[in-house]
Amino acid sequence: MIPGPFDYHSPKTLSEAIGLLSRYPDDAKVLSGGQSLLPLLKLRLGAAGHLVDIGRIPGLEYIKEDGGFLKIGGRTKEAALEASDLVHKKYPILADTAAVIADPLVRNLATVGGNLAHGDPANDHPATMLALGASVVATGPRGERTIPIDKFFTGLFSTALAPDEILTEIRIPTPPARSGGAYAKLERKVGDFATAAAAVQLTLGAGGEVARAGIALTNAGPTPVEATAAEKYLQGKKPDAAAIAEAAKLAAQAAQPEADRRGTVEYKRDMARVLTARALTRAVERAKGA
Amino acid sequence: MAKHKIQVTVNGAARESEVESRLLLVHFLREVLRLTGTHIGCDTTHCGACTVLLDGVPVKSCTVLAVQADGRQVMTVEGLEQGGKLDPIQVGFTQEHGLQCGYCTPGMLMTSYALLRSNSSPSEGQIRQAISGNLCRCTGYVNIVKSVQHAAAAMAAPAK
Repeated sequence: MIPGPFDYHSPKTLSEAIGLLSRYPDDAKVLSGGQSLLPLLKLRLGAAGHLVDIGRIPGLEYIKEDGGFLKIGGRTKEAALEASDLVHKKYPILADTAAVIADPLVRNLATVGGNLAHGDPANDHPATMLALGASVVATGPRGERTIPIDKFFTGLFSTALAPDEILTEIRIPTPPARSGGAYAKLERKVGDFATAAAAVQLTLGAGGEVARAGIALTNAGPTPVEATAAEKYLQGKKPDAAAIAEAAKLAAQAAQPEADRRGTVEYKRDMARVLTARALTRAVERAKGA
Repeated sequence: MAKHKIQVTVNGAARESEVESRLLLVHFLREVLRLTGTHIGCDTTHCGACTVLLDGVPVKSCTVLAVQADGRQVMTVEGLEQGGKLDPIQVGFTQEHGLQCGYCTPGMLMTSYALLRSNSSPSEGQIRQAISGNLCRCTGYVNIVKSVQHAAAAMAAPAK
């Protein structure tokens, strides 16, 4: 399959890239890893008159802790997350997530920023970033602005990014002591989108009770779903088996999946429950250092 | 639509061409350079038959634009054999019957070749994980895993 015709631009700086996006506000797409965009163009599900390739702009790939945040450059590859010791040690939910996105060959090109900016609720990072309480940095002609992730996904394949903005950084608050996270995904085969998946990031208080819980679901509605009722329920509770089961039930009630080849609505909602319980259990173990 | 002059080093040789923006890397390799060893399988980023190394990293060449490869190194299955001598990974596949129909083989070879350069003695699990983006519908993967292990052993053995 061959994409429809477009012009290709390969800017060397961020401001040059933003200038191109400003020049073609209705007709340009940012090309990052291309692993979602190029299939979309090949299948002619989407079209663009101009592709602005950010692949040759220096300084967009990094993973570092700075000022109380984990900062991930927008063009950082999924393979780099998988290989990062820092991510494995302190942000295991991100390592869990990166390892189940598409397949290893796709992860050699696919980027974290692209996974979010594509606005696909079937992608895996949106839920993990919601659970982590992340924010994203959008850079445009007026400079930088920070968008909290829970304000970022505005609809199916839609985000709060303006047409002339580029997602340049993801900021994740550095978790305090006694924190743990996990991502649990059910997929039919390697490379498939989630039948259901759950992201959990929590922090325990000194007495072992839940001080903060972030819970979100993948592929459970037109945008990634934050399971706020389940988060509130866990607040201040000891995360024992009964509390986890109840929180998982509440999370499943927030899921609004659609029936497709991966299963019926009832099946997917029940899998959201099962996977939330698994992710919660693993997150608690990790928070306790087990 | 605009054309772009690109220069890509393919299997060690600099190749220049003028390409349309939308030309895919796999079509550049097969149709412009006539390097037809790289196969097109699903054409939807699933099967991995089109895997080549881009700056040493295995990627699906049906999901990369030729212009994105400008100024970079590409290695295809044609680049494995050196001076009439098969690469150990090719020997592994022949010795362990790592292919039946052969359609997935170029991709399997390139992914395995890259794996052995980053991990000279991968476990069975690591091999299976590495090739999880390459589909084979004949072998059930058992002999492909053995082929990679054969190559790893040959590469670890002292030269005769």
